[in-house]
Formats: sequence, C-alpha cells, structure tokens
Amino acid sequence: MSATPRNLLPLLVLPAVAVNLFTFLWPMLNLAGLSFREGLPGGGIGAAFSLATWGDLLADEFYLEILLRSVGMALGITGLALLASYPIAFFVHRADARWRNLLVVACISPLLISAVVRTYGWLVILGDAGFLPVILRGLGFAPPRLVFNMTGVVIGLVEILMPYMILSLLAGFGRLNQTLEEAAASLGAPPLVVFWRIVLPLTLPGILLGCLLVFVLTVSSFITPKLLGGGRVLLLATEIYDQAIVTLNWPLAAALSLIALGVFGAALLVYGRISRAAERSIA
Amino acid sequence: MIRSGPGRLFFTVLVALLFLFLLGPVLLVFPLSFAADSVITWPPSGFSVKWYLALLGQPDLALALRNSLVLAAIVTGLALVVALPAAVAIGRGQFAGRDALMTLISMPLLLPTIVLGLALLILFVGQGLIGSWTGLVLAHLLVTVPYALRVLVTALGTLPASVEEAASSLGAPALSVFFRITLPLMAPGLIAAAAIVFLVSFDEVVITLFIVGPKLTTLPVALFHYVESRTDPLVAAVSVLMVLFSLGLVAVLERAVGLRRAVGGKGG
Repeated sequence: MSATPRNLLPLLVLPAVAVNLFTFLWPMLNLAGLSFREGLPGGGIGAAFSLATWGDLLADEFYLEILLRSVGMALGITGLALLASYPIAFFVHRADARWRNLLVVACISPLLISAVVRTYGWLVILGDAGFLPVILRGLGFAPPRLVFNMTGVVIGLVEILMPYMILSLLAGFGRLNQTLEEAAASLGAPPLVVFWRIVLPLTLPGILLGCLLVFVLTVSSFITPKLLGGGRVLLLATEIYDQAIVTLNWPLAAALSLIALGVFGAALLVYGRISRAAERSIA
Repeated sequence: MIRSGPGRLFFTVLVALLFLFLLGPVLLVFPLSFAADSVITWPPSGFSVKWYLALLGQPDLALALRNSLVLAAIVTGLALVVALPAAVAIGRGQFAGRDALMTLISMPLLLPTIVLGLALLILFVGQGLIGSWTGLVLAHLLVTVPYALRVLVTALGTLPASVEEAASSLGAPALSVFFRITLPLMAPGLIAAAAIVFLVSFDEVVITLFIVGPKLTTLPVALFHYVESRTDPLVAAVSVLMVLFSLGLVAVLERAVGLRRAVGGKGG
C-alpha cells in the first residue's frame, strides 16, 4: 500500500475507466436507447421515442423463429461438444505427466488460430469437392450436402468451441480421485455404475461451466454460421449483422442485440440455479 | 474405470478419432496450401508452391497484413499503458469498489462481440471514426485491456509486496519503487500480457468488421470477405502462414512464462 499513495488511485485507474466508458458503457447505453426509436426506410432513424421497433419485432413470427433456431442450435451444439470433449478430457486427465502437457497444448492450440482459418478448414473438409464427400463417394455412399446448411454450421461450431469445453472439464476433473473409483469397483460396482454414480457427479461443476461457455459462445458466434451457412442459416447474430450492414435498420439491429443479451442473462440464471442444486446434491 | 483390454482399446481409438476431429481442419489446410489446382479438389492433382507465389501478387492482402501488424503493435503498447496503472491500483491498493471496477472492465469479454461491434459502429459513425485508425485502435482496446488487466493483476498477485515495502521503508519514493522494483519483477507478466493482447488484436474479426472502411481493413476481415466470395487454395496458404505465426508467438510466450500460467486466469 505504501508504494501507491491513496491520492494516486483515481489517477491510476483513470485511463482504463476512460477506455471502458468511451468504448463500452456509452455505446451500449446508446444501443439500448436506439431500440426505442423507429427505423425509417433508407437507413434513417426517427427522432422521437417510439415502441414501433419492438412492436414490429414482437409481432413478426420470423424473429421468433430466428430466436428459437438460435437457442435450439446452441443447445444442440452444447450437447454435442460435451459428448465429443468428455472422452478427450478424461483421457488427458489420466495420461502420464510427460504426455499430459503435450495433450493439453494440442487441445487448446486451436484457440490460438483465427476462427476464419478454422472455418475455412471446414470448407476444405466438408465442401462439395472436399475431403469428406470425396472419401464417402469413394466408399460408394452418396453424401448429403454438408456445407451452406445447418449441418455444416453445427459440425464447424462443435469443433471450434470444443477447446473451451475441454478446458472447463479439465478444471472440473481436479475433484476426481482415482481411489474413490477403485473403492467402488472393488466393492463390485460395474464400470457404468461407477461412472454414473461417482465420476459424473464429481465432474458436474466442470460440465456445467463448459456447457455455459459453449452455449453463450454459440449464440454470439457469427463468422462460422456466416461462412459455413452460406447465408442460408439465419440466426440472431447473422440477423443483427444483416440488419445493421445490409438493411441499415439500426433500431431493429439494436433491439435484436438486446434480445441476444437477454438470452445470455437467461443462460447465466439457469447455470446458477443448476450449479447450486448440483453442489447441494453432492454435499 | 477403464482397464480391461477391448474396452480400453475402444476408448483409445475413440479419443484418437476425436483428436483428429479437433485438429483436422487445421492439419488439412497444410497439404491443401501446396495444391496445384485452381479450386479446392481432393485429393489435389499435384503439388506446387504456386499459391504461396500468388500471395506476392495480392497487394490487398499484403496491405491488410501490414495494417493488422501495425494495429496489433499500437494496441499492444496502448493496452499495456492503460492496464498497468489500473493493475497496480487493483493489485496493490485496498479501496471500495475494487471488485466492481474489475467486473466493469472485464464485462466486454462476457458479451457477444457482434453486439459490441454494432454498438461501436453506431457511436463511431457520429464521431467520424469508422474506417479510421483511431476507431480501430479504440475498438481493439475494448477487448484487449480486460485480458491485459487480468494477466497483470495475476502477475502482481504472485509478487510479494514485502520487497516493495522494504524499499519504501528505506525511503525510496513511490515512483522509484515502482520503476526499479515492481516493474522489473513483473517482466514475465508484461511479456505474457503483451503476447496475449497482440494475438487477440491480430485475430479480432467480428468487431473489426463493423469498424473497417473501404480504404482501411485488417487481414482477418480481408480473409473473411475473400472466403465469403470464393474458396481457392490461396486462403490455405495464408492460413498456414497465420498458423505458423501464432504458434511461433505461443512458443515465445511458453519460453517466457509458461503458457498455461499465462492463460490461467482467462476463463474463456
């Protein structure tokens, strides 16, 4: 404390607070306010307070469909990412110390690679003349279309978000103790029962955190749905972009943004509820 | 749990397949970047370095790359200058609202980037900041200062305050304690923060998409628009270079401080 006199404190935090006010608080409040204005044809914005934007939004089933599709897709991707990540995390957790670090780096290294590059990688694999369709045709199958539809978006996002799930699971696996499983098994519990009654409950906090992360990251993902969906998979994030950049209806884009934030808030609430209940059931 | 023969083999094969799924897109980009074809075909009809040579004939991408590097360098310097004093205040000071301040500054990382980008677009249009360096730098500070602050606060937390207290009790003025004791001890944290800020800025695409103008764009945004309109192996060549660049930077980070310690407090 002696190194930073009390009267210096405001001065020290001033730059960071100024950046936050100018690039975060002010723009976000401005955005919220804009949703209560009317978008005029040609990109104009009405000057007066108006509920027209919210009225149009809530009356149009198209936006309800987009919301349901976004949330449904995010739930599906969360489940798939969990299924794909759990064995990896379990394997890494149990690996020898000298392999463990290498495997952890392999799991998180995709995080350091641009989402555009990784999505492009999926176009290379799933595209009509790509790796997977060519192999499938070689084996005598007629592969369905794998890109520019929901299938491609789901496959790409599951892979792109898996590192977050693996990291969360690994953090949660710290509570796992092999002697506990061995005790259960030596008392005659079959492997599946050991997994269901011992391993799963103990690793639940990590599972829940991973699910929360993947869910909110899916809802806010834009690059992958845009490129792998080819403009045919309409979600909250892509619709916000289209309204803002193509249609130039900023009040509508602002209102859709607030709905996306609402989905985030709801996800946090559900997460809080479930994890408290889970903690109680373990304790 | 899994120790018997067939079960163990099945589990190992499953994990290998899942790893292949996780790393496949990045790994397949490498052979494709050496394809001799003019569109993506599998397998490539032959191998060549023509797409790497073609990169030299892409002045737009070269300019975007230069912009991205300059931007990331400016943002790295500014983010550290902004975050370091705040980190010292939060890490060493005891004041009301410390946690609230940390939450406020971390908040942008918790919200969808598409919403942040839109909010900045609407505000920046009025200020004439769209398509300007100032606008890009400010937008990138929004998402990099939180990382820098986190890493620096963590780094300060691992330093014993007693050394600083000893220096100041011997009469050293506060500023000289900071520059001669605290700052040198924080070097690994500063390197980690700089590397993370550089990577985040260099990779940022969604927010940047809203802020760029026709005359000023970054590499990820240029690549996004390129992939949106066509998919030829040129992007594979760029991707390979970007992957190698990222891995190189991470290797530097790993040597300087240890990767997992550096990203430990990040939490996605």
